[in-house]
Amino acid sequence: MSTDAILSFEEAMEKYDPVLGFEVHVELNTKTKMFSSAPNVFGDEPNTNVNEVDLGMPGVLPVLNKTAVESSIKIGLALNCKIAEYCRFARKNYFYPDTPKNFQTSQYDEPIAYDGYLDIELSDGTVFRVEIERAHMEEDAGKLTHMGGATGRIQGADYSLVDYNRSGVPLVEIVTKPIEGAGSRAPELAKAYVAAVREIVKNLGVSDAKMERGNVRCDANVSLRPHGRERFGIRSETKNVNSLRAVEHAVRYEIQRHAAVLDSGQPVIQETRHWHEDTRTTTSGRAKSDADDYRYFPEPDLVPVLASREWVEELRATLPEPPAARRKRLQADWGYSDLEFRDVVNAGVMDSIEETIAAGASASVARKWWMGEIVGRAKTADVDPSELGVTSETIVELNKLVESGKINNKMASQVLDGVLAGEGTPAEIVEKRGLAVVSDDGPLLEAIDAALAAQPDVAEKIRGGKLQAIGAIVGGVMKATRGQADAARVRELILERLGVEG
Amino acid sequence: MTELNNTELIRLSAAQLAAKLAAREVTSVEVTQAYLDRIALVDGGADGIHAFLHVNTEEALAVAAEVDAIRAAGGAEAEALHELAGVPIAVKDLIVTIGQPTTAGSKILEGWHSPYDATVIKKLRAAKMPILGKTNLDEFAMGSSTEHSAYGPTRNPWDLDRIPGGSGGGSAAAVAAFEAPLALGTDTGGSIRQPGAVTGTVGMKPTYGAVSRYGAIAMASSLDQIGPVSRTVLDSALLQEVIGGHDPFDSTSLTDPFDTLVAAAKTGNVTGMKIGIIKELHGEGYQAGVETRFNESLELLKGAGAEIVEVSCPNFKYALGAYYLIMPSEVSSNLAKFDGVRYGMRVLPKDGPMTIERVMGATRAAGFGDEVKRRIILGTYALSAGYYDAYYGSAQKVRTLIQRDFDAAFAQADVLISPTAPTTAFKLGEKLDDPLAMYLNDVATIPANMAGIPGLSLPGGLADEDGLPVGIQLLAPAREDARLYRVGAVLESLLEEKWGGPLLDRAPALQAPVLGSSSTIAGGSN
Amino acid sequence: MAAINRDDVAHLARLAHIEMSAEELDRMAGELAVIVDSVKSVSEAAGDDVPATSHPIPLNNVFREDVVGHTFTAEQALSGAPDSFEGRFKVPAILDED
Repeated sequence: MSTDAILSFEEAMEKYDPVLGFEVHVELNTKTKMFSSAPNVFGDEPNTNVNEVDLGMPGVLPVLNKTAVESSIKIGLALNCKIAEYCRFARKNYFYPDTPKNFQTSQYDEPIAYDGYLDIELSDGTVFRVEIERAHMEEDAGKLTHMGGATGRIQGADYSLVDYNRSGVPLVEIVTKPIEGAGSRAPELAKAYVAAVREIVKNLGVSDAKMERGNVRCDANVSLRPHGRERFGIRSETKNVNSLRAVEHAVRYEIQRHAAVLDSGQPVIQETRHWHEDTRTTTSGRAKSDADDYRYFPEPDLVPVLASREWVEELRATLPEPPAARRKRLQADWGYSDLEFRDVVNAGVMDSIEETIAAGASASVARKWWMGEIVGRAKTADVDPSELGVTSETIVELNKLVESGKINNKMASQVLDGVLAGEGTPAEIVEKRGLAVVSDDGPLLEAIDAALAAQPDVAEKIRGGKLQAIGAIVGGVMKATRGQADAARVRELILERLGVEG
Repeated sequence: MTELNNTELIRLSAAQLAAKLAAREVTSVEVTQAYLDRIALVDGGADGIHAFLHVNTEEALAVAAEVDAIRAAGGAEAEALHELAGVPIAVKDLIVTIGQPTTAGSKILEGWHSPYDATVIKKLRAAKMPILGKTNLDEFAMGSSTEHSAYGPTRNPWDLDRIPGGSGGGSAAAVAAFEAPLALGTDTGGSIRQPGAVTGTVGMKPTYGAVSRYGAIAMASSLDQIGPVSRTVLDSALLQEVIGGHDPFDSTSLTDPFDTLVAAAKTGNVTGMKIGIIKELHGEGYQAGVETRFNESLELLKGAGAEIVEVSCPNFKYALGAYYLIMPSEVSSNLAKFDGVRYGMRVLPKDGPMTIERVMGATRAAGFGDEVKRRIILGTYALSAGYYDAYYGSAQKVRTLIQRDFDAAFAQADVLISPTAPTTAFKLGEKLDDPLAMYLNDVATIPANMAGIPGLSLPGGLADEDGLPVGIQLLAPAREDARLYRVGAVLESLLEEKWGGPLLDRAPALQAPVLGSSSTIAGGSN
Repeated sequence: MAAINRDDVAHLARLAHIEMSAEELDRMAGELAVIVDSVKSVSEAAGDDVPATSHPIPLNNVFREDVVGHTFTAEQALSGAPDSFEGRFKVPAILDED
């Protein structure tokens, strides 16, 4: 695999203006497939969630899933799209072994939703409007596994295995218009856009929206043009960009690669690129060719969908609160400052905090844990915070242990490490690691007496009513007990010892 | 009780058989065995009809025995039996069946067994009609002669050197040769009606959507329709009521009941009806003997009280061309699934890299015959970038024009009439190297498929010059299938009167094949 | 409308995944030229004001409720497969990925 030359991002931005475009595929979480009654379930034994329709057997016919249509309309509405009063399906003809009929039943020039937009809030609060060209219904393909060869990749594979469980899973493909004017914020916008789409479909309840399972998949188009030129450059389409961070990285990488190509005086090739998470680079897939003649024509086995205005309004009435409105509400409910809330959103832990609060934690405790403990660990582990493996229940349990005085905050942090290391529940880890706060006052009193004796002037100040000086004594005690003591209890005992009212 | 020998038994119509079965004058096992014996006698060997690609002996007899047992036991279950229970039927091998191979007449599906039943097969099973076997056809139903079957042609029982029509030549020949009382066909451009015409049988293409297509291997989805093949108009009506009705597995299936077909066939009447001759569908290009018989039918209908009017359908001149753009376009997409990955044949390339692309290419090259390839390539062309508007798009507009022609014609006439095919059966091999000449056979049948309307072909007598059957086609507006049975039944009885009995009585007796003659036929069992 | 030639047929055969020998391409090109010539009048038959008909009998909004129906076992699914391995369909290597 040859490595492409790249320019630094800064240099690329100095010379060129990026234009983006996204095709986001959303798998709907209907109970059954788009055109067959086989179950839409992830992760089962291969070729068991299929019937004759999903396998493209001779003689089969499709019948459209009504819930899938309604979900598609809801997505269209949430993306501020117009909903077509009349639309049809079309066949997209191409041969590929994961496509059982060797055509994909999709929508071509008559998408169910079109002409929408999404306002994307960037990390500094800037709002950027992304225009939506269309959202159309189609079916997913089966899953290919490439066997043999050195890498398990398609290149060099000896043979491939096909599982059609995913074949026919309902998809909505959301296509943006060309996105201009993002400048150096293009990678950030890319990530924020896909995050927003994911948030919307999750919020609508129409998709499980788990990127790691492929519920939301992004193809990112990137082209560059010299500053001031109106005409778009030639674009590349990077496929398999299936995490939010990868979207950001892929767009950044493609900008840098295109810039290097253009700088060398070569033309950019219009092609498919494959994203590789391990190297954070793309490699050439295949160039556009005459094999891309998909010979679309109206699907004769399906009849048109007529979305009456009554039906659309009925569906609109069922839409949940939009994410932007939800954010406003949550900030008010939680009492976070603008800065605190923006940090929470940018760290990608708003949903996690909401879940943690729902599980019984206070807003400030939830924020303390997610922002103070988990975000940093996620960064170190190079994963999204929600993917680190910390559940709301764990946080609530940890917090209870702290509040009951069983452990202190420092220990709680160690317990969290234990949870992440798979050592068990917080309670089990406290037990195993012997982390309980020393509760027998005997040894504590000894340490306190020693600390007071070591700093007689401080002891005098406290007796004189200067309670703020107590910190020095507490610190000494904590040091002597290697942090095992409950600081609050230590304070109480010091005051008791000195005969001062707290 | 009249004792019937097997030869007489197999010549009964389905309705007559049903009556005898209900009266317990004959058992379904006897009937089914008589047909299986007939198949053994006339179908195989070098001079056999070769209507069947697979004979379903054991299962057919088992279903027959089950019906007999239910009838013998009497009671509610016997009462609940369908009228056609125990009446055997043959099925075009384009329709998938559990327990029997389905080949579509193609090598690419050789040996394939469907893991599911077509909706019409489920309905036959529910009615407890023994399935005698699967009948021969042009590969994937593409042809008008059955010569494009990968398993060899079917012969016309009227003249073994002639074609039985196509694509459903097997079903028509089986019924004409008394190898089955009934058969299922599929009609995309005339594949039920044209074989009916050239074999002296009745063939009905119902309104598009009147019979579920689920499990009929698609040729051209917007044109395909399953329908009955029989020896009488009433039998077709009986069978359409069995196989028809709404099917939730077919999005294009109609919800209309279609439950007055049998009644219409039984109470045939044309008094005061306007019957329209389509100016463009007779005369020039039609064989003289065909034209004579056609005019005779008009006279008979007039005599029975119908008013004959002439209508013009000026856009029919584009119908064949539009059909040969739409049909292959849909074919090119429908047949893409046959690629050697999931089922059927897989052929490895002789040399070079063993990629899936090349395996698909080699499989499809070896698995498809010339006519199928021709249509796939033509359809790929008509849909490809830059040609879509001129070809596929224009053809769909012609479809609208044809529908408008029919709308105007049906404003002037209740039923339209034409010869079913321009000629009687031609010789095997005669048009095999001239695709265009072959396509012209369907000129009169194609407009009905383009518009989705029902069409019935019934035997109109024998052409004077060659003594071969001529078909008369009746057309009605969409959803008016009953009207065709009503008019068809009248014309059928008038023609029978004129010819002194069913036309098939005039067909030559078939000789036992040289090889594999059956001994069970002698004497009969009654 | 351009006439169809051998190169066109070769291209179409590639699109349709049907291997064809040189001789087959020549023969097919000849046959298709005749057929295409005979259908070309279709493109002049209807004016711009004529709508296209994709379905002979107009229906709309035919839906299925989202209720799980029958499925195959892996054995049934693979029963007609030319080649399979561990419950999946086995195919030769794919060099080019979409």
